[in-house]
Amino acid sequence: MEALQKTCLYDAHVALGAKMSPFAGFMMPIQYSSIVEEHLAVRQRVGMFDVSHMGEIFVKGPDAEAFVNHIFTNEIRGYEPGKVLYGLMCYPDGGTVDDLLVYREYLADHFLLVVNASNIAKDFAWIQEQAQGYDVRLDNASDRIGQIAVQGPEAEKTLLEVLNFKAAADLTFYTFSDELYKGERVILSRTGYTGEDGFELYTTPENTVEIWNRLLEAGVTPCGLGCRDTLRFEAGLPLYGDELSPEISPVMAGLGMFCKLEKDFIGKEALAGQKAGNLEKKLVGIEIEDKAIPRNGYPVELEDETPVGVVTTGYHSISLDKSVCFALVDKAYAALDTPLWIRIRKKTFPGKVVKKRFYQTNYKK
Amino acid sequence: MSKIVEGLKYSESHEWVKVEGNVAYVGVSDYAQKEMGDITYVDLPEEGDDVLAGEEFGALESVKAASDLISPVSGVVVAVNAELDAAPEKVNEDAYAAWIIKVEMSNAAELDALMDAAAYKAYIKE
Repeated sequence: MEALQKTCLYDAHVALGAKMSPFAGFMMPIQYSSIVEEHLAVRQRVGMFDVSHMGEIFVKGPDAEAFVNHIFTNEIRGYEPGKVLYGLMCYPDGGTVDDLLVYREYLADHFLLVVNASNIAKDFAWIQEQAQGYDVRLDNASDRIGQIAVQGPEAEKTLLEVLNFKAAADLTFYTFSDELYKGERVILSRTGYTGEDGFELYTTPENTVEIWNRLLEAGVTPCGLGCRDTLRFEAGLPLYGDELSPEISPVMAGLGMFCKLEKDFIGKEALAGQKAGNLEKKLVGIEIEDKAIPRNGYPVELEDETPVGVVTTGYHSISLDKSVCFALVDKAYAALDTPLWIRIRKKTFPGKVVKKRFYQTNYKK
Repeated sequence: MSKIVEGLKYSESHEWVKVEGNVAYVGVSDYAQKEMGDITYVDLPEEGDDVLAGEEFGALESVKAASDLISPVSGVVVAVNAELDAAPEKVNEDAYAAWIIKVEMSNAAELDALMDAAAYKAYIKE
């Protein structure tokens, strides 16, 4: 087993007394005070996350656009510099390599791919393999870039007042600008993984530490990965490893809208077949009537105890005060309002299929 | 530092027992509630259920995870703390006031296998 990596903010987390735990090969803060308090800070004010563990891969060169479009399910042609696009990389059978953000840089033929920490090595190897025959340069910059997510209704005000990033007032959801801080580049991106308005800042490790400390002094609540998961879950956003995997395609996960069948890309044929109805399982939301909590791996059943699926993520939703989950179930039971039972320890609890977005998101469109 | 109350017995799975005659109140230690974080649900047994020392009788759910409750003693559940249904956070607020079940013990000698406050303090090594 490889030694756990530390992000540039590791010492800052320890100094704050965070509860640290291994995640995706990194020692990461799970919580500083309490998951509930940190969750509510993001929903009601502003919180910040160390997401320096995420991977950054640059693709540059004359064939960069054609190449990224070949490995990415979404359509990047026609996208202007300064735009960000969500999508996936798939295997030929439609299984998911990873979900990621693609940034079209202001320099021609420059793209930045932001991938999950747990998949950095796998993704980079996959991308290198597919690049044969394309005139591109690939650069895995993950170790050279730190990242802070500043999320919540007061995120814009915070970046304007504390860091004087004036572009924060103008950026709309899924756009970014290039800023300078201490002479180094900062990518200021109006994106996030919480269902709230907010920003993600990519910069050098040194800048990351300094910006973190300035935000902390300004009263921004440090938030751990514990509430990052409860927040993304309420907003209906998938986590690779739970809702997406080599066995769970984007179409199964309900992300077909990010797979553009009008263009060619790896996995297109399989995904087209799934979109046309050739799939066995679908990801659904389930709400149960009890306060017991469905967890990853718990069985989903019919009333007569026939197993029809499995829970992928579940919580007692902090914002809604209801027990809800995502579950991968047989397609026949995926329609809204279908009654389903979840086995939690010795009992089963009745529930029904609901929309996966449990919380009304608040993005700046 | 977690609070440890003198006069109680403690199990290795972090339950405490308070003995009154032949009845045992069972809860979880301050250390356990701190480790779990915000408790959002207590899965309680029913009055009249049998419990066995070392066996699971319910669960505590925090935001992040479920954790089994293990009975330190054998006997019959004569009362459950129904207050925890509506207010599971009471376990976080005062773990020693928030008893979970009351057991009429069938074998009080089982108490001898549990730790006293000093032994439990050494056990959690804080």
